[in-house]
Amino acid sequence: MLELKGLSYQVEDGGAATEILKGIDLTVSDNKFIVITGPNGGGKTTLAKTIMGINQPTGGQILWNGTDITNLTITERAKLGISYGFQQPPRFKGMRIRDMLGLAAGNRNLTRDECCSYLNRVGLCAADYVDRELDASLSGGEVKRIEIASILARPSGLLILDEPEAGIDLWSFAKLTETFRILHAKRESTIIVISHQERIIDLADEIVMVSGGKVVRHGPKEELMAHILADTAGSCNFLQAVTCHTKEG
Amino acid sequence: MAQNKVDINLLREIADLEGTPKGAYNIRKNGKLEARGRTENIEIVTKEDPEKPGIDIYIKEGTKHQSVHIPVIITETGLDELVYNDFYIGADCDVVIVAGCGIHNAGDKKSEHDGVHTFYVGENSKVQYVEKHYGEGEGTGERIMNPQTVVYLEKNASITLDTTQLRGVDSTKRYTKIVVKEGAEAIVTEKLLTHDKQKATSEMDIILAGPDASSRVISRSVAQDDSEQVFYPRMIGDDAGFGHVQCDSILMGRAKIQSIPAIIANHPDAQLVHEAAIGRIAGDQLLKLMTLGLTAEEAEEEILNGFLR
Repeated sequence: MLELKGLSYQVEDGGAATEILKGIDLTVSDNKFIVITGPNGGGKTTLAKTIMGINQPTGGQILWNGTDITNLTITERAKLGISYGFQQPPRFKGMRIRDMLGLAAGNRNLTRDECCSYLNRVGLCAADYVDRELDASLSGGEVKRIEIASILARPSGLLILDEPEAGIDLWSFAKLTETFRILHAKRESTIIVISHQERIIDLADEIVMVSGGKVVRHGPKEELMAHILADTAGSCNFLQAVTCHTKEG
Repeated sequence: MAQNKVDINLLREIADLEGTPKGAYNIRKNGKLEARGRTENIEIVTKEDPEKPGIDIYIKEGTKHQSVHIPVIITETGLDELVYNDFYIGADCDVVIVAGCGIHNAGDKKSEHDGVHTFYVGENSKVQYVEKHYGEGEGTGERIMNPQTVVYLEKNASITLDTTQLRGVDSTKRYTKIVVKEGAEAIVTEKLLTHDKQKATSEMDIILAGPDASSRVISRSVAQDDSEQVFYPRMIGDDAGFGHVQCDSILMGRAKIQSIPAIIANHPDAQLVHEAAIGRIAGDQLLKLMTLGLTAEEAEEEILNGFLR
């Protein structure tokens, strides 16, 4: 179980402190599929990075399976089975895709077949990719899919994926959603996906709406979807309203 | 043949050799011939000019899938040598040449190996040249290597030149010159890692001397601690050829790197490109590998291993 208690994160900006996360309380039960959604700049990525340890929170607590991980390093959290798929993954000159998958899987001697199976799950024709370098010769969509493949290769109890759909073509996206569905059906890990895509939201057990650094709604998909659809259908939708409110407030 | 532990380790480091190499070979140790082997197609002859010590290697026309190993090892402190090795490679060959120098300096005097390798590559021949430089030893004496590689590629010939110097060499001044004639191709891959107060300079002249000549230079380097590196690759288009120079360097510690790629077109149809980048390891690269469970140090090592692979 993942528990966030009063989680806050602020940055110093020209002497003034800006609060990005404003006391987030959230509990995610084991093996749930959660989609975090909400307007741009609302704090979703910061929240995901803070769970992974990339950002050190300025207040509050993070508990993973009852252990307080708030002050653990990224490496220590990774070793506890927390994985994070970057929204904009870095490229590595000289590092081959098979090397990255091997590092992720914790097995540097992955067979070609094993590499292929990970890549196939994100819609990549594996034979063309295994020995390629993870460098600028790959498109943004390819790098993104390899990033997701590396997260899927990693034995994790908690997978956090930041906008996995970004930059991915329609055909690969269909494959990706199918992969998420199968992964969730196994009920072996908790999955948190930051997304705005209806087809990913549709896979979720619960939706968390984050806006202005706060959880503004959290509930079962069926309940929250109705809110989202109702709000986005109006002239001043829910998301805009929240944004306006935040700016004014 | 040289077989004490130090020799075995040096030969393994520079030429991946375990025991006697297959094919032709010439092993030089502490300035003297240690062992030599010929084949029906490959002859190795000691130069007779006392002013120009070294060997001539003759590879017969049409020699395919054969190799020549010519490693040099130095285990005496204070040894300073200059050697000339000339390769005469006939037409229509396909050969691998493995060179390299390993210095184990246990003393307090400098040990230096300066090698001048010249290749005359016949028409349609294909040569793969692999060279590793390596230094070790507990002594305070410097380990110095100054290699010069000069290549003349005849029509439609090709060479891939892979040179590697990872750790242990205090000072190196490298010069490479390749003359690429019509339809010929030269691919140069240079990998370098310096540390402590080491200094390395690599200068290159690649001359595209005939129509459809092509060349690619890929330089990857890592400078750690207080080390200093200078790269000066010059791609010269004297004819309608294609040349590409790519220099990438990673800076660590207080190291300094100068990268000065030059492209010079002396022909209206020459196509020349250069790219150069110097920078520290990107923070998001480290973070990405840490999220896979690596420590910051392990992540750094993985990034460098990949970069210099």
